Amino acid sequence: MLQSIVHVCLAGLSQGMFIWLVASGLTLIFGVLGVLNFAHGSFYMLGAYFCFMVLRALGENFWWGLLLGPVCVAAVGYLVERFFLRRVYGLELPYQLLLTFAFVLLFDDLVKIFWGAASIGTPPAPGLADSIMILGRRFPSYNLFVIAVGPLLALGLWGLLEKTWAGRIIRASSSDREMASALGVKVPTLFTAVFVFGTWLGALGGGLAVPYLGLLTPGMGEQIIIEAFVVAVIGGLGSLKGAFLGALVIGLLSAFGTRFLPTFDMFLTFILMAGVLLWRPQGFFGEAR
Amino acid sequence: MLLDVGGINTYYGTSHILQDVSFSVDSGEVVALLGRNGVGKTTTLRSVMGLTPPRDGTVRLQDQELRGLAAHAISRLGVAYMPDDLRIFPDLTCEENLQIAAKLSPRTGYWNQERVEELFPVLADRRRQKGLNMSGGEKKMLSMGRALMSNPQLILMDEPSEGLAPLVVRALAGSIMEIRSHGVTILLADQNLKFCRQVCDRGYIIEKGRIVHQGTMEDIWGNEAVVKKYLAL
Repeated sequence: MLQSIVHVCLAGLSQGMFIWLVASGLTLIFGVLGVLNFAHGSFYMLGAYFCFMVLRALGENFWWGLLLGPVCVAAVGYLVERFFLRRVYGLELPYQLLLTFAFVLLFDDLVKIFWGAASIGTPPAPGLADSIMILGRRFPSYNLFVIAVGPLLALGLWGLLEKTWAGRIIRASSSDREMASALGVKVPTLFTAVFVFGTWLGALGGGLAVPYLGLLTPGMGEQIIIEAFVVAVIGGLGSLKGAFLGALVIGLLSAFGTRFLPTFDMFLTFILMAGVLLWRPQGFFGEAR
Repeated sequence: MLLDVGGINTYYGTSHILQDVSFSVDSGEVVALLGRNGVGKTTTLRSVMGLTPPRDGTVRLQDQELRGLAAHAISRLGVAYMPDDLRIFPDLTCEENLQIAAKLSPRTGYWNQERVEELFPVLADRRRQKGLNMSGGEKKMLSMGRALMSNPQLILMDEPSEGLAPLVVRALAGSIMEIRSHGVTILLADQNLKFCRQVCDRGYIIEKGRIVHQGTMEDIWGNEAVVKKYLAL
């Protein structure tokens, strides 16, 4: 029983870390730009495919793919923000959602055109292809690596936002765009930078998912963006702390659901979201509006 | 002439707020924009700052045309803004609120954190406090201090005396004289005529988006008809 619970927890934590990586970029972009970016799941998908493309080109080494793939996707994010999203900041939310949703469809089809509609098998990560014994059962060491990367990234983001001047300027601009501009912040440039960084975070999640999933599928971004949205809502839209804890909760809940109540797997997640929306609509760490 | 505003028209959507407004501020002067609530004082300051850009006319800072520039560019040329609602960043500490202005400004000069805290000693006691948790009076000093930290040539102050007790207004007048003595030019919008008489050289009276009267503060103070018509509450 203990063995089973520990392994379900580990599976839940590693799943939660992917959701966190996607939700962190989503949350950062919403917190600063005020845009709910539906296409964020597509950046996760593109991160996985670009990582795969780079690893193929550079001799089947996953680590090169993880390093360079997300950077390529960040460049795609730059084009999206600079030439499309920037035009709809002043418009109402539905326009922003429509535009970003259009990108979801567009990226899905582009992936099918370039890589085909069928799933693609991927190689494991060099050095982490084994599994280790935990309480007498094997657990993939790559998944432990993922469980370690998530909190490190959270710590890095926290340090960036709280302890550097770039971070303080981002926080100031997200709470009061106009006053920040009156103090000399070039807000459009800041928005581009934050969007590109958020895109990179989502793509990094996708890159990390390559050895974890072992399979790439067009449309793989949709499942995760829904979970990331749930996490963002539960944690409080715009709150990174909330997104991190929300991702842990959803990851664990979904792992326990799959193990003990397989029929109600996703159901539990949405019950939790409905409950949070009813009792605390602003989420755990969101500010009441 | 430090600031020369010529014939600006500013709109909010389709409503025509400022109509052909012209005025000027000399280097080293303290000039008041006077008038009742809602006559366009705030819009005038926002027009200069580039936050509500005028549709036509000119806004010159020395020889540089400001109209058409974004607020961040205007700020970098040495114009600072203290809004009437102060706009302290709630999530940053008092010290960070001050330092952020210095970090964002390319300008250097007399003002730094130490000098601002000399001018407003209470800010030194509140260094680690979040903006969120500061009192109204402290926020006012912080907002003024933050404007100084960018070492501006010109500060635009919106309603500096609003909501302050008479004794505090007197202290504020002292601070403004001190700021002025270091070569900072000030354009302020206020409704407190007595306070403006203490700190300003000249004043412009605005009524329904137009400048209807101008003169030295002593002239305005002594002109009962004008005071009664445009300023009496």
